[in-house]
Amino acid sequence: MRNPQLNANGELTHLLTLEGLPPDVIRGILDAATPFVSIAEREVKKVPLLRGKAVFNLFFENSTRTRTTFEIAAKRLSADVINLNIGASSTSKGETLLDTVDNLVAMDADIFVVRHSQSGAPHLIAAHLNAHGRTHVHVVNAGDGRHAHPTQGLLDLYTIRHYKREFHHLTVAIVGDVLHSRVARSLIHGLTTLGTPEVRVIGPKTLLPTAVQAMGVRVFHDMREGLRGCDVVVMLRLQNERMKGALLPSAGEFFKHYGLTQDKLSLAKPDVIVMHPGPMNRGVEIDSAVADGDRSVILPQVTFGIAVRMAVMSMIAGN
Amino acid sequence: MSDATALPDAEATLVALAERMRGAVAYDAAFVGIYSGGAWLAERLPALVPGNHPVGYIDVSYYRDDYSRTGLKSGAKRTDLPFDVDGATIVLVDDVLFTGRSVRAAINELFDFGRPACIELAVLIDRGGRELPVEPTYCGARLTVARDLSVVLSRDADRLRLAVEKQER
Amino acid sequence: MKIEIAHGRIVDPRNGVDRVASLYVAAGRVAAVGAAPDGWHANRVIDARGLVVAPGLVDVSARLREPGLEYRATLESEMDAACAGGVTSLACPPDTDPPLDEPGLVEMLKHRARSLNQAHVHPVGALTVQLQGATLTEMGELTEAGCVAFSHADVPLVDTELLRRAMQYASTFGYPLWLRPVDPHIGRLGVAHDGEVATRLGLAGIPAAAETIALATILALVRDTGVRVHLCRLSCAESVAMVRAAKQEGLPVTCDVAVHHLHLCDVDIGWFDSDANLVPPLRSTRDRAALRAGVADGTIDVVCSDHAPVDEDAKQVPFAEAEPGATGLELLLPLTLKWAQEDGVPLSAALARITSEPAKLIGSGAGDLAVGRAADVCVFDPQAYWKVERASLRSQGKNTPFLGLEVPGKVRYTLVAGQFVHEP
Repeated sequence: MRNPQLNANGELTHLLTLEGLPPDVIRGILDAATPFVSIAEREVKKVPLLRGKAVFNLFFENSTRTRTTFEIAAKRLSADVINLNIGASSTSKGETLLDTVDNLVAMDADIFVVRHSQSGAPHLIAAHLNAHGRTHVHVVNAGDGRHAHPTQGLLDLYTIRHYKREFHHLTVAIVGDVLHSRVARSLIHGLTTLGTPEVRVIGPKTLLPTAVQAMGVRVFHDMREGLRGCDVVVMLRLQNERMKGALLPSAGEFFKHYGLTQDKLSLAKPDVIVMHPGPMNRGVEIDSAVADGDRSVILPQVTFGIAVRMAVMSMIAGN
Repeated sequence: MSDATALPDAEATLVALAERMRGAVAYDAAFVGIYSGGAWLAERLPALVPGNHPVGYIDVSYYRDDYSRTGLKSGAKRTDLPFDVDGATIVLVDDVLFTGRSVRAAINELFDFGRPACIELAVLIDRGGRELPVEPTYCGARLTVARDLSVVLSRDADRLRLAVEKQER
Repeated sequence: MKIEIAHGRIVDPRNGVDRVASLYVAAGRVAAVGAAPDGWHANRVIDARGLVVAPGLVDVSARLREPGLEYRATLESEMDAACAGGVTSLACPPDTDPPLDEPGLVEMLKHRARSLNQAHVHPVGALTVQLQGATLTEMGELTEAGCVAFSHADVPLVDTELLRRAMQYASTFGYPLWLRPVDPHIGRLGVAHDGEVATRLGLAGIPAAAETIALATILALVRDTGVRVHLCRLSCAESVAMVRAAKQEGLPVTCDVAVHHLHLCDVDIGWFDSDANLVPPLRSTRDRAALRAGVADGTIDVVCSDHAPVDEDAKQVPFAEAEPGATGLELLLPLTLKWAQEDGVPLSAALARITSEPAKLIGSGAGDLAVGRAADVCVFDPQAYWKVERASLRSQGKNTPFLGLEVPGKVRYTLVAGQFVHEP
């Protein structure tokens, strides 16, 4: 079964997940992103690469942050951006996901940036486009259920590479609700693909997926143990809904065991960097002193995010 | 013409180009080299042309007109213009002038940084075959080359060298 | 009509027949096996050389989608599919719309089916009214209307006291209970087996415990009440082990497996293929191996198709939103043959799982080719491979994870009560 993300020449034509992408494709995206970072420093923060192309933000799940960064990235490439917050409106009219896509393709969409609450929705769209020979239309997964958030994974990899140069000597810890996290899954795939020797997940059993070791990670339930000697600590957001469903008793209890404090962070290497995909719940997964401290690279992540998304869109639109 | 023996010597041609620029170019014109060959040349020129000439580098990857056909090229370098483009006198420097499309892209990109007072063009080799109305202000040497061949500038330690290669399609 | 099916390999598991011989059919019944009856003049002779002549298949779970779910399939299309698949008797689960909880609905279904003159349809009645798990249905009335057993389809039974009472009531009158073990709470939001694949794909998982806990409950109640229970659609290695132990202990239980689960596992979900969204879910390779071994050693008595035609719209959606189920009437024979060939199981033993054993479960007189038996026959070519394609499927449901694959076993002729209902 051919990887649906690659075209017949083995070039990236959709970005659906980091899982299974050859390492040189991932490195290629990181390399392509580097020059785009400096565009933010220009007076005219635009290059004409995607001029005349239409980027449709298809967000079936609300997210102002992610949608905004994709919009900025697309506009910096001089693309036309159309935002569609489908949410409940389309399904209430009975229009299926694929019907919506077909209608937009008829309106000359070039790139779909898709966020959906169900795992596999972008794959479904890409398979549908491939099956109907629409090779000029591309899909970028902006987050599907708990499955993948590949651009976030890429910008996390970019951030780590920016501060740490390479991956093959790093110990990286991902802390928190890995079970529900597409960010964690994408980052794990990216790190293992690029040869990171030790990737750790830290959390209570209720928040770690079944058989997660099979993804190539070491499991820790004790955060102090897990943080020892880490070069990179990635904190995941804990959503309020997790308190129901008996996954956790309270946010306070979570912070006690798994919140990142200065004290716990001191167990990591002195030059550790602290990351968070945002938005942060201060006092739940991370305390303000650390979030605003000198080890935190949370704000640079956002800048790199725009450059990475510019790189992804310009790569796939050209294939 | 297709054999290397008829090719001019790159170093000698650079000296000839600098000769033509001396006395004609503005005292504080900036030399902006188009990667990679133009960049090497722009680096060498201030030593050969008197004046106060800041050196900048420009990567035209994002301004090319063939993106839809060939996709995003890897290895894009960072455009670096360490002077104020607004009101500047700029000499764009390139190694081989052929269709004129790279120069068009470079001019478009410069205008995204500001509004120059004027832009001149210095090229080591003009091989003809223009597809756009672009002419060099200063030229090292003229050549006639078959369309399916490329004229390529390379750098070996500090020495520049010209060669002719089969076009990669 | 006098029909002679000549020189085929007659495989009749119940009667221990496996030899090349001719089968003679007259007045809708098997008239003779081997030697022609006196004064025999055939109206029609079928050359069955190189073909297998077996009893018509008996499928204990095939959804015909009537009443109420005609947008997914109709009786006509699915009965056609049954004939093409060599299935001459089938039992349909009660999860129609409305569920089969009233005698009138059952009578109408049987009447409709009879009028088509194809496979024999044996409805399975709902155990509780509207399958809501609160009140028992009138099992007596439903049995009179034609129900061969009572089940709760795929709806979990929450009230274990009701389950115990239902078992006692059913056993008082000898009504068979067919129960699928599924816990009402564990994995209720899941769509895939809780394991590595679901973790990677970010799909909510259904742990094996969802089945084994419910199975343990049922077995404990069987031990307690002595009620005979048939367990439907086992999917876990642990379940097979539990049933094996229960049988050794002498508990009156039988069980079945859906034929897809003998072949596929969770990895076959691939990149979110909604056609692989099944209930119970496709589990790990270890579970699949245990199911195959279970059928081979007889722990699992019956193999069924669990036929569930689904319209395309309900599958062309993200995996977790898709309607579960696969079309299977036309694949029951090929997939059973494929398993048997791969694991070196003799043809007769394999065919028993889809002929004599399910017939025994339903309590129907079918499932063998003894003289005097109604002539329900399936004549097939075990060497012929065919490609599973939308165009080659008669069922209205084209939803199968086997789409595009080649499978062995092409049905050439199907007879029901001595009438041809399928031929080339």
